[in-house]
Amino acid sequence: MISPNMSNVYFDNNSTTALDERVLDAMLPFMTMQQGNATSRHVYGRTVRDAVEQAREQVANAVGAYPSQVVFTASGTEANNFAISGIAGNLPNSQIVVSSIEHPCVTRPTFAMQKLGYKTKIVGVDSNGLLDLVHLESILKNQDANPTSLVSVMSVNNETGVIQNISKIAEIVKSYKAYMHTDAVQSLGKIPVDFAGLNVSAMTISSHKIYGPQGAGALIVDKRIDIAPLLHGGGQEKGLRSGTENVAAIVGFGVACDLSVSELTRRFSATNALRDHLEKGLVQMGAVMFGNKAARITNTSFFAFPNIEGETLVMALDRKGFAVASGSACSSDSREPSHVLLAMGISPDVARGAIRVSFGANQKHTNTIEQVDQFLVTLKQELQRLKQMTGVQFDTSANNTKAA
Amino acid sequence: MSAVLENLDLETKVELATHHAERDPIYLDYSATTPVDPRVAAKMIPFITEYFGNPASRSHPYGWTAEKAVENAREEVAKLVGADPREIVWTSGATESNNLAIKGAANFYSAKGKHIITVATEHKAVIDAVRELERLGFAATYLEPEPDGLLDIEKFKAAIRPDTVLASVMLVNNEIGVIQDITAIGNICRENKIIFHVDAAQATGKVDIDLDNLPVDLMSFCAHKTYGPKGIGALYVRRKPRIRIEAQMHGGGHERGMRSGTLATHQIVGMGEAFKIAREEMAVENVKIRKLRDKLLHGLQEIEETYVNGDLEHRVPHNLNISFNYVEGESLIMAIKDIAVSSGSACTSASLEPSYVLRALGRSDELAHSSIRFSIGRFTTEADVDYTIQLLKSKVDKLRELSPLWDMFKDGIDISKVQWAAH
Repeated sequence: MISPNMSNVYFDNNSTTALDERVLDAMLPFMTMQQGNATSRHVYGRTVRDAVEQAREQVANAVGAYPSQVVFTASGTEANNFAISGIAGNLPNSQIVVSSIEHPCVTRPTFAMQKLGYKTKIVGVDSNGLLDLVHLESILKNQDANPTSLVSVMSVNNETGVIQNISKIAEIVKSYKAYMHTDAVQSLGKIPVDFAGLNVSAMTISSHKIYGPQGAGALIVDKRIDIAPLLHGGGQEKGLRSGTENVAAIVGFGVACDLSVSELTRRFSATNALRDHLEKGLVQMGAVMFGNKAARITNTSFFAFPNIEGETLVMALDRKGFAVASGSACSSDSREPSHVLLAMGISPDVARGAIRVSFGANQKHTNTIEQVDQFLVTLKQELQRLKQMTGVQFDTSANNTKAA
Repeated sequence: MSAVLENLDLETKVELATHHAERDPIYLDYSATTPVDPRVAAKMIPFITEYFGNPASRSHPYGWTAEKAVENAREEVAKLVGADPREIVWTSGATESNNLAIKGAANFYSAKGKHIITVATEHKAVIDAVRELERLGFAATYLEPEPDGLLDIEKFKAAIRPDTVLASVMLVNNEIGVIQDITAIGNICRENKIIFHVDAAQATGKVDIDLDNLPVDLMSFCAHKTYGPKGIGALYVRRKPRIRIEAQMHGGGHERGMRSGTLATHQIVGMGEAFKIAREEMAVENVKIRKLRDKLLHGLQEIEETYVNGDLEHRVPHNLNISFNYVEGESLIMAIKDIAVSSGSACTSASLEPSYVLRALGRSDELAHSSIRFSIGRFTTEADVDYTIQLLKSKVDKLRELSPLWDMFKDGIDISKVQWAAH
């Protein structure tokens, strides 16, 4: 097994987070001897059913919703797919509108609806990454197009950390009689989340981004809307999501949601201090900052250095023990520049240099100022090394050009 | 690792998993879900504490370690069922696997035809996925099984239409444990160029599965019926000849685009370990379980007017489904609270509707209502079985003493011919 050196510094908390110990403690009994199926009527079944319902209350409390509005899923991806196909699915021949900076698990299910006869439209963002509200209105207003059934805009972008004004967007969307969904996977635990206050019809959240386990997510749904299930079968979750409940993960998710509220202030200020310290250093080194003119969550910093490829720098930093990302984990496989930055009008050349640092502040894996200092020192060294290397390459290519 | 875990050594965990406290009922509901084998839990825990990376993160060892673990588990799952690891797609469970297989294949090949054949005794996850396709313009045939629960191959052949595109037949039934002849059905599907899906959620670790030699195109699995964790499953998608499915979950393009969503590494690790243990131990385990089942069967058959539901020969030893005639089902369940059993499939046992599986076998509503599914597993002991036999004997006797129908039966009155007065 390749084992990560645990002295490594983990700066990739928007990708996934280390489990909080209190979450683990709550999960453990359900990972070993609590074998019930929550649908069974005997005491084993009832015990796990009670645990699932307690978690549902914890999740609801954390996001300002009623427990009856919580539909558990296996992931944020599933919740987003469920929202798009479930809400629009009952409104045929309509139009679905998404922002240009959504996660692929919103845009791809949206585009998949085209095959079923749906129209899709993309709303742009400005150079700060904020949704272009004029563009949104012009799309919603267009009487020639199919009526818009659903608009999906993420609360916080996973790459830039920029926070959208969701309640304002929802107000516009609702004035055109469309439903509003928001992917709040990156906002929960970092800013207060209030489902009722946001005035949206549906909202996606995920456990493993808030120091909970992988394998649990939820769609918070206003039950006044007619939503069709994605998974059919045993009729769990009041028929909205069939499949045996993943009790251990759901229990962990519930506790993680509790902590996302009780620890919010501590996490907020801890990561804020780290981010300010980091960015001061980055600016001194000549970094281009992305999204920093808009309101952002405090744990995320997205930046680039001119003429340095992000992927190369990420690998170099990894060899020195720093885990950072060049984009969202899902797309970190590809070499395409970030679609988020392109949408913000950043040139592909600059966008290819993008690096994301995302801090974590759970009990055990809280990042520290010392780690940021070490990171800045290492970064400086690596930048110099890479610049020398590319300098050599430039010369060579210049010679080659001459020779040709 | 957390202090809690350090204090909880493997032995303690074994004890916890197998221990019955005085007040805990005896668990005979392994077909609803199994406890997680302590060896499986021990493998999983490091992957939620230390190796917590996202397997899709390609830029650091946190991601690589998770990815390596995911691929090891994929190999273990493939090995148990005679598949190539590249044929295994992770899902959140058998419900998702069944939905993905049925909707995914039907939609991908819909140009070929829009008729689906399945069986009335399939799990709800299959039936409801097919129903959803019917709503979207597909046609479906739900074959009735024979009274022994097995599918008549000739009836299957007769149901095939020129536009039949997909057939879905489960390997082991969740309520009555009968094993369908999927080789014969699969061969007919091959001859007729029909995609063949098999729900094997109840089969892993109980019957040998060798997909290398089975005429099956798609097969659904889950971990929590085989001593693994809940929330994780897999779909086998044949490579040669290559079977295509339309993704039902879109996003980051995980699982070669067939199923997006961050992989739950610890759960995947758990499924891999559970399937590894199943492969290594099933031969020995099944002998032990068959002995226990036979003991239970013979003990319960000493009670008058009991009927075994489903064929006994083509059946996994883990399952015994028995109707106790002249006993009201709900009262029986209440009377035997010292054992944890199902009165139908776990997924429908919250409803008072008699089991649709038993009704499909031609059982009367009364007999279906008074049926109990006993499912035996890895941690069942002979003492558990002895206790169960004694409990059933005494409670059934007691309930029948109160039953006027039982008196009438004993007096030789044919109840089916009685003209009941209207109220």
